[in-house]
Amino acid sequence: MKRIINKHPLAIRWFHWINFPLLAIMIWSGLLIYWAYDPYAIKLFGVTAFKFFPEWFYHKLNIVHRLSEGMAFHFLFMWLFALNGLIYVLYTFISGEWRYLLPEKKSWREAWLVVLHDLHIRKSAPEQLKYNAAQRIAYTGIIIMGIGSLITGLSIYKPAQFNWLVFLCGGYHTARLIHFTLTIGYCLFFVLHILQVIIAGWNNFRAIVTGFEIKAEKPAKPQMPHAPITPIKDVKAK
Amino acid sequence: MLKPNKENPQRFTEGELVSEKSIKRRTFLSFFGFGIAGVAAYFGWSDLYHEPLETKGVTAGARQTLRGVLNANEQVFNKTLPAGHLAKTYPLSAAAKVPRVNGDIGLAGSDINNWIDVIISPGQTIKVTLEELKSLPKTEHVVDFRCVEGWDQIMHWGGVKFSDFIKHYQLDKQAAMEYVGLHTPDNKYYVGIDMASALHPQTLLCYELNGKPLSQDHGYPLRLIIPVKYGIKNLKRIGTLYFSNQRPPDYWAENGYDYYSGL
Repeated sequence: MKRIINKHPLAIRWFHWINFPLLAIMIWSGLLIYWAYDPYAIKLFGVTAFKFFPEWFYHKLNIVHRLSEGMAFHFLFMWLFALNGLIYVLYTFISGEWRYLLPEKKSWREAWLVVLHDLHIRKSAPEQLKYNAAQRIAYTGIIIMGIGSLITGLSIYKPAQFNWLVFLCGGYHTARLIHFTLTIGYCLFFVLHILQVIIAGWNNFRAIVTGFEIKAEKPAKPQMPHAPITPIKDVKAK
Repeated sequence: MLKPNKENPQRFTEGELVSEKSIKRRTFLSFFGFGIAGVAAYFGWSDLYHEPLETKGVTAGARQTLRGVLNANEQVFNKTLPAGHLAKTYPLSAAAKVPRVNGDIGLAGSDINNWIDVIISPGQTIKVTLEELKSLPKTEHVVDFRCVEGWDQIMHWGGVKFSDFIKHYQLDKQAAMEYVGLHTPDNKYYVGIDMASALHPQTLLCYELNGKPLSQDHGYPLRLIIPVKYGIKNLKRIGTLYFSNQRPPDYWAENGYDYYSGL
């Protein structure tokens, strides 16, 4: 017999794995669109340090001259991407999973401790339930980014119709820039996410497929049929 | 798998006691399902990606399913666009001093007249001269001209409102049809516009840019300016204008772009 922790409900596993290819297609088709007008660059002291994107990048990924294709794919998968995200958010609220996801007051302070721990600067990590403080912030942040992509996306898709939305985004140019920057953000998130998953190991990864993690065996203490009670107190204290 | 809506720390601190066998079974089933879903997703995507292009008609060049979605999107956004919803206008000072020239398809021929042919019914064409149009009330606006490529420029246009043109020439019967078609004199560039967008109060039969007659590369003598559509619909050098209940041919819609191309 072993103790398992039912970490990810089935619905969340579906949302996660559906989102992955959808977001990938959105980023790819977005690139096909961005290629047609690609003014963004990082400039340091007036010198272009990095151009989004270099020619070799476009050619390598076969991005060149595919604007109409990109638009057609983007405007199909936007529906699926938005729908999956929307249902996910609804689900977290209805099921109560949001309680383990949203940052708490202490998360902002604790997130630093988690980062220090992850960088092996600090030995112990703060107590956590499903997610640590940094994860709470990251996984809530990524949803806010998603909403940002939908809003800026809609305002560059139909700027005359949703004039007020364009205004809210700070104008047509700003909306496009935010839309682009968020996409770069997803790519950075992806890299960090993969790294963390690799470091966390199999037990953690398995949970996003099977739903459960196998609980680490604690050195046997006979009088411990129940787990430490402290987290419950914490919850009540708030 | 709905849980009572309150935090349940034991779920993570205590967990659940299960047998090794059950763990193995659950792991196998989950990964099996995961694999099946992954393979299905791969084939689904592959099917879509390699889907044949639509049969060439008024539109062409897009995958069948994607064209269907583009058309469906038109229905969604066309219906949420209340008539008269205006594109943002800007002060005169915001207008570009050196307006950008982008496309030149249909402008190569020397076929430049100072009139346009308006086909009001099959076999009945009227010549509308630039002078006549200039004698109608002039409308000027400074609007953002948006290219499908992604760039935009604020430009100052002047001309006759399309709806004023319809009124003056008593084309109400024609305006009750579903589309307006336009093409250049050499017939190399052509667009179709849904009537609601054509009658939109900011749609112009335009003969002025920055207060001066259009230059040839901006579409002398007369071009369409339709701020609720991408630039590809703003045909330069109108040769012929006609009305139809079917979608008129459209240059870029034949090249994989959305027919509606509304903003």
